[in-house]
Amino acid sequence: MAIRERLSGNEAVATAMKQINPDVVAAFPITPSTEVPQYFSQFVANGSVDTEFVAVESEHSAMSACVGASAAGARVMTATSANGLALMWEILYIAASSRLPIVMPVINRALSGPINIHNDHSDSMGARDSGWIQLYSEDNQEAYDNIIQAIRIAEHKDVRLPVMVCMDGFIVSHSVENIELLETEKVKEFVGEYDPGLDTLLNPEQPVAMGPLDLPPHYFEHKRQQAEAMKNAKKVILEIAKEFEALTGRKYGLFEEYKMEDAEVAIVVLNSTAGTAKEVVDELREKGVKAGLIKIRVFRPFPVEELRDALKHVKAVAVMDKADSFSAAGGPVFVETRAALYDAETKPVVISYIYGLGGRDVRTNDIMKVYNDLLEIVETGEVKSVYNYLGVRE
Amino acid sequence: MKDNKKVTITTETTWKEITPGGIIYEAGNAHNYKTGEWRSMKPIWNSEKCKQCLLCFPVCPDSSILVEDGKIVGIDYDHCKGCGVCVEVCPFKVFDFVKED
Repeated sequence: MAIRERLSGNEAVATAMKQINPDVVAAFPITPSTEVPQYFSQFVANGSVDTEFVAVESEHSAMSACVGASAAGARVMTATSANGLALMWEILYIAASSRLPIVMPVINRALSGPINIHNDHSDSMGARDSGWIQLYSEDNQEAYDNIIQAIRIAEHKDVRLPVMVCMDGFIVSHSVENIELLETEKVKEFVGEYDPGLDTLLNPEQPVAMGPLDLPPHYFEHKRQQAEAMKNAKKVILEIAKEFEALTGRKYGLFEEYKMEDAEVAIVVLNSTAGTAKEVVDELREKGVKAGLIKIRVFRPFPVEELRDALKHVKAVAVMDKADSFSAAGGPVFVETRAALYDAETKPVVISYIYGLGGRDVRTNDIMKVYNDLLEIVETGEVKSVYNYLGVRE
Repeated sequence: MKDNKKVTITTETTWKEITPGGIIYEAGNAHNYKTGEWRSMKPIWNSEKCKQCLLCFPVCPDSSILVEDGKIVGIDYDHCKGCGVCVEVCPFKVFDFVKED
């Protein structure tokens, strides 16, 4: 029997980490993820986990300690946000290219400057090409479920890549919601004992050197191999989601389709804004408007073919980015979604909205404006503006 | 990807066979990587002038002065980068230092 609880997003993530009981957690506090290592260090102190908790002096050191521990053969986790993630940058790439299955909740926060502690996705979007798998979570339940699945995804023999589990800072991390937890034994059974294989730094039977200098004769081959692991991840993520569904009844895919079967207009969005947008979709559906929503769960690897199939019959699509990539041509999710549709025989109009930067509130009437813009495009056949900013004072 | 067989990595090795993350199973395998082609100047050892004082041997940064049974026998051109330290240190001017072809 599952456990009914009420937890904040950070508590939910820390609880998942407690139930997983990793060998090593190395972390440095940063708002709004601070509570994750804070709760977790309490679990260490009171003996409810036997994890080695490494209190480091920076996020660069946190990820470095994670890399060392993971290379030694340990199951390793950490957590961070925004500027902390930015300070990890160099080591993020080393973790991914060394094929170390570290799992890290990223509690999304705006990246400086000007300095801002509130939610947007500029932190994790900046790390999108670091070679980490990225899962996004609408609420505390999804964050909890994603963390547990992330362990299996990261450690799968066809993948062996680190995973970021993203959720919105404050909006989810500090909001208490109802949640259904698995019993700890079931989590332990699901994630299983970690088998790092023979190639670890602490295996005297097979001494190895890791992280060597890799010059032009071999570096490219290693990157190609890493790209293949990311390709494999898509299938593995779906297999593990199926297993998780059998255990919990909660269904996960590469993205969630909300009322998309006959949708004529649709929004593509990540994380908690999907909840707000679903409310608007319901409202529009009551009026007979064929509105739908796609909430991307897996951004890395990017579900190109699947998104194309889900969107090709829609007439107009708005992709909402809570991060600007300053290309002067739309946000990162927009660019990739639009590119995914390029090979479709019939394809919708696709427009971009940058929204909610630095924690700017996004309400149902904002989302309604986006749907109304889409409906106008469908009606008139005219696109007034492809690249848009939503909720900024003009 | 775990439990890889110990493979010898060459310039023919494909991405499907190469060790993940560049793991190295073999100690001292830098020896197999030929760095001599970086050389622009080349020391020539003239054996007939050599007094076998061995002053060049310990100062070579690439261990490229080949010694057998306590005697210099030649230069390892696979790894000599032509820095000229041996030429400089030799009291008997045994080495010629010439442009690499």
